[in-house]
Amino acid sequence: MPILEAEHICKSFGNTEVLKDISFSLEKSEVLSIIGSSGSGKTTLLRCLNFLERPQGGVIRVNGETVFDAAETGTKNDAEIRKRRLHFGLVFQSFNLFPQYTALQNVMLAKELLAKEQPDYKARKKEIHDEIEAEAEQLLTDMGLADRMQNYPHQLSGGQCQRVAIARALALRPDILCFDEPTSALDPELTGEVLKVIRGLADQKMTMVIVTHEMAFARDVASQVIFMDDGYIVEQGTPEQVFGAPKEERTRQFLSRYTQG
Amino acid sequence: MNLIMQQLPIVIRSLNAGFVQTLKLFLVTLIGAVPLGLIISFGSMSRFKPLSAFTKTVVWIVRGTPLMIQLLIIYYFPGLVLGNAIWGGGESGRFMAAAVAFIFNYACYFSEIYRGGIQSVPVGQQEAGLVLGMTRTQIFFRVTLLQMIKRIVPPMSNEIITLVKDTSLARIIALQEVIWAGQAFMKGSQGISGAIWPLFFTAVYYLVFIGILTIVLGRLEQKLEYFQ
Ligand SMILES: Nc1ncnc2c1ncn2[C@@H]1O[C@H](COP(=O)(O)OP(=O)(O)OP(=O)(O)O)[C@@H](O)[C@H]1O
Ligand SMILES: [Mg+2]
Repeated sequence: MPILEAEHICKSFGNTEVLKDISFSLEKSEVLSIIGSSGSGKTTLLRCLNFLERPQGGVIRVNGETVFDAAETGTKNDAEIRKRRLHFGLVFQSFNLFPQYTALQNVMLAKELLAKEQPDYKARKKEIHDEIEAEAEQLLTDMGLADRMQNYPHQLSGGQCQRVAIARALALRPDILCFDEPTSALDPELTGEVLKVIRGLADQKMTMVIVTHEMAFARDVASQVIFMDDGYIVEQGTPEQVFGAPKEERTRQFLSRYTQG
Repeated sequence: MNLIMQQLPIVIRSLNAGFVQTLKLFLVTLIGAVPLGLIISFGSMSRFKPLSAFTKTVVWIVRGTPLMIQLLIIYYFPGLVLGNAIWGGGESGRFMAAAVAFIFNYACYFSEIYRGGIQSVPVGQQEAGLVLGMTRTQIFFRVTLLQMIKRIVPPMSNEIITLVKDTSLARIIALQEVIWAGQAFMKGSQGISGAIWPLFFTAVYYLVFIGILTIVLGRLEQKLEYFQ
């Protein structure tokens, strides 16, 4: 069974149709790269998966369970949406770290707030806190930030911030981790360290959806590639198919801009 | 000089009493205007257009006219025009009227500061909290609030210091605050008349109080400097 299925996702802002009948599925431990020109709807798609936008049409399933169905009437209550969105993690282009917290606190905060909802929280407070802290420290160490845990975001470089943001998303153990152009806000010399971390996650069989303009990286890390244009999926296949032998004229045009430039 | 030394205890006692009124008006205004300003800022940010338009118009009128006129209208309008002197007579009635005028006026100024503070926190902060499964309440208290406070402390400090000095406007409806008390010795009070120095001496009260406030607010600002 696929870990993620998206069927016939449609999203409009006012009269502008931004996503037009988007369908794809993803197996566990697969990495999906989404490429496409600016304004083609890549960010909107990730935002729909993370419940930041509500599609007007379509169904989203995780492990066979319907987490979103536009046809379902009646609004879901906040608690239900919160539970469902935890299947997904999202790493933003601009990090969106919480500036008043240290790197370690950024990674721990959401987990601690969730832990408070456990029935045995009061009794095991200290123990739970220590567990969460140890886990967060391990995650940051894995990200190569062992000596940066007590720093505030403004004391970190862009590449370090993005790695904290990745650790923060991983702390909640999402089934699927989404990245929206994780290196676009970075100086070129800092993109490598972030891509290396994502590469490492792929090696650990993390299921990921990665929107990126780094074509070489997309080709290298992905098991599946989607090329989007104007709200449609124009082409979809393995990296070899999409990059090596694109069938569609629009894909060829798009890729040629990268190979030449 | 000798005369002044003789008059000093009398004057100080009088000015102290006046300054207590000044302080009371200052504190009551702060306590009322800080929360009321938040409500007004929510009104002016409302997605319900008629409400935000109405709120913005009220704020524009209040900020666009002198506080002194507002004081006079609020104090005299009910009695003279409506024939219903709701404020009652005496010092307590004047204080009530002054407090209402000050609270409303300052709430309008504060609301604009809050609005700027709230809108300056990037929407990405809220979104990051949401995708991490936090509730809106948790996001407000754990993520956005402190960032808002950091941004509003400097402009609020300015307004608060202005408020200290603005309390003297209440003299226009004869509220017996510190300047009123100082001026009394020009006209004649407690056996002292024609003395202008008590009036000048009131400045010391303001200077000391504003000095203390500046230090306290500066500390608060410094406390929040650990993040950006
Ligand atoms: N909140 C919104 N309201 C109105 N239009 C929007 C909104 N968000 C996105 N759009 C529009 O939807 C279209 C797709 O935007 P989206 O951000 O998904 O593109 P993208 O593929 O991520 O582009 P980029 O590569 O520049 O990040 C654009 O035309 C954009 O203007
Ligand atoms: Mg985008």
